[in-house]
Amino acid sequence: MSVQLSLDGVCRSFDGFKAINNLSLTIEKGELRAVIGPNGAGKTTMMDIITGKTRPDEGEVLWNQTVDLTKTDEAGSARLGIGRKFQKPTVFETQSVKTNIALSLKEPRTIWATLFHRSSAAEDARIAELLDLVKLSAVADWMAGDLSHGQKQWLEIGMLLAQDPELLLVDEPAAGMTDAETMRTADLLRSIAGKHTVVVVEHDMDFVRALNCRVTVLHQGHVLAEGSLDHVSANEQVIEVYLGR
Amino acid sequence: MGLIDRRMGIFLAGLFILTVAIPVGNLLIDGKPVPSYLVSLFGKYLCYALLAVALDLVWGYCGILSLGHGAFFALGGYAMGMHLMRQIGDRGVYANPDLPDFMVFLNYSELPWFWHGFDMFWFACLMVMLVPGLLAFVFGWFAFRSRVTGVYLSIITQAMTYALMLAFFRNEMGFGGNNGLTDFKDVLGFNLQSDSTRAGLFILSAIALAAGLLIAKAITNSKLGKILIAIRDSESRTRFLGYRVEEYKLFVFVVSAMMAGVAGALYTPQVGIINPGEFSPANSIEIVIWVALGGRGTLVGAAIGAFLVALTKTLLTGWLPEAWLFALGALFIFVTLFMPTGVLGVIESTLRRKPAPKPTQEASV
Ligand SMILES: Nc1ncnc2c1ncn2[C@@H]1O[C@H](COP(=O)(O)OP(=O)(O)OP(=O)(O)O)[C@@H](O)[C@H]1O
Ligand SMILES: [Mg+2]
Repeated sequence: MSVQLSLDGVCRSFDGFKAINNLSLTIEKGELRAVIGPNGAGKTTMMDIITGKTRPDEGEVLWNQTVDLTKTDEAGSARLGIGRKFQKPTVFETQSVKTNIALSLKEPRTIWATLFHRSSAAEDARIAELLDLVKLSAVADWMAGDLSHGQKQWLEIGMLLAQDPELLLVDEPAAGMTDAETMRTADLLRSIAGKHTVVVVEHDMDFVRALNCRVTVLHQGHVLAEGSLDHVSANEQVIEVYLGR
Repeated sequence: MGLIDRRMGIFLAGLFILTVAIPVGNLLIDGKPVPSYLVSLFGKYLCYALLAVALDLVWGYCGILSLGHGAFFALGGYAMGMHLMRQIGDRGVYANPDLPDFMVFLNYSELPWFWHGFDMFWFACLMVMLVPGLLAFVFGWFAFRSRVTGVYLSIITQAMTYALMLAFFRNEMGFGGNNGLTDFKDVLGFNLQSDSTRAGLFILSAIALAAGLLIAKAITNSKLGKILIAIRDSESRTRFLGYRVEEYKLFVFVVSAMMAGVAGALYTPQVGIINPGEFSPANSIEIVIWVALGGRGTLVGAAIGAFLVALTKTLLTGWLPEAWLFALGALFIFVTLFMPTGVLGVIESTLRRKPAPKPTQEASV
């Protein structure tokens, strides 16, 4: 297997506070990886760095072992094939659910192409398929702003899948979902791993257990432990800073 | 959704009736029920309406609150004004075949380089779009790339038009200083004072407004238009989907500036003068009020807003010149507080609330 993403010695501080502190992490192609850690551990900041939203002060972030991700911006990372779902669900509130998906589809993103874009039957079918997958077909024509919190989470997952990215960065997908929905999300992510690389941040331990994958524990901006959930759960330090509370 | 939805259809129909009725009333009916000054006055309103549509395209759909759109309008107006000046030829007061009067007065020995070419109508028409477009491109390229947004962007657009105003006030700039360009005689051989030329300009303005509306509508209906709205509502999310936000902003800003330039070019011959006052920051703010009053993000509403405010201004400045600015300020506060969807929004929701026939109403409950 080859390496999809690697962080090496990454540091980033905000006003002297080290949000990311000598973080090193390697994700294999097709891997499903859970990242856990207490509030403020730097999980979201790590995703910001990978997607070019935040520049690291030092360290190396490599995509496919070749492309330097510290030099790309948000759009650039998306075009490389990195898709992202945000901790706070962000959808285009004044546009329909369907349009939200349509704008996310993996299609040319130039001015010219979008100005003269004509929707096709294949595209409509793809949108319908995705809406079906995230169970939003019934509300396809609603304004996205009218959806419930859980539905917005699903819509964002749908938008993420529509992009068909190589790597999916998924920040707390289960927040606002029912237990049954949480399990469905875990199943969905497990099913797309392999074809895609998936990194999930989540606090919900049942969800993490259901993912049944390698777990990285982040604390104060660096990796505290890594391994199976049982392995990291047995780690004294992890229990102290995270699980014990 | 087609280009001509109900809203657009009704507006264009109304515009068409006006475009026929006013020239007919002025030129063909005995006793001139429509006086000549009204033709140019309404022509001026149509130019304002086109300018409002241009602003709505960037503000209503892409969230770029430009407080400097008056500059693009004025540049278009100056480009056309320069052509009209060159057309005067040796019929000026000083009868100089090459130099406009103000240059003779200021002891210019020859035509400044940037006045060359403007004797050709096609060249002037090109500049009407090219100059505002180029300014918008350069300005937008820097501003959008450095991710200047919101209030900061508004302030620098305002600074842009203010700086241009100061520059155009200077005699050394070569645009006639504070007097601007005026005393035009004719365009393409048609006398600008004649009623038929005025009617012709009025009709051209109506066509330009209709074309501007349809172009803006086509843009906002396209997938690109949906991306603009996405940028307006959540710029950062749009970036993470892989769209280069700055490119989209730049595109729509340049299109809008060119549209404003065309509006200015039609304005100058109908008003008979273009001067640096058109660059004044207050003018640009007034455009924002038109759009807010008419209904932001509706295109048609912006045109209606421009028309209503300009009409009120004409009436009020006739009766109570000092009151206008206060009235405008009050209007803006009223609209922001009580009519967030503008006049068009209020009209449409009133129409929708009209009681439907009984049975259908019950069925729908
Ligand atoms: N742009 C920023 N400016 C200043 N401080 C920031 C910024 N981004 C993150 N931080 C700080 O960095 C630390 C790590 O934040 P981060 O959001 O990455 O944590 P997290 O692990 O995602 O936490 P949570 O589980 O609460 O989402 C926090 O203390 C946060 O306040
Ligand atoms: Mg977080």
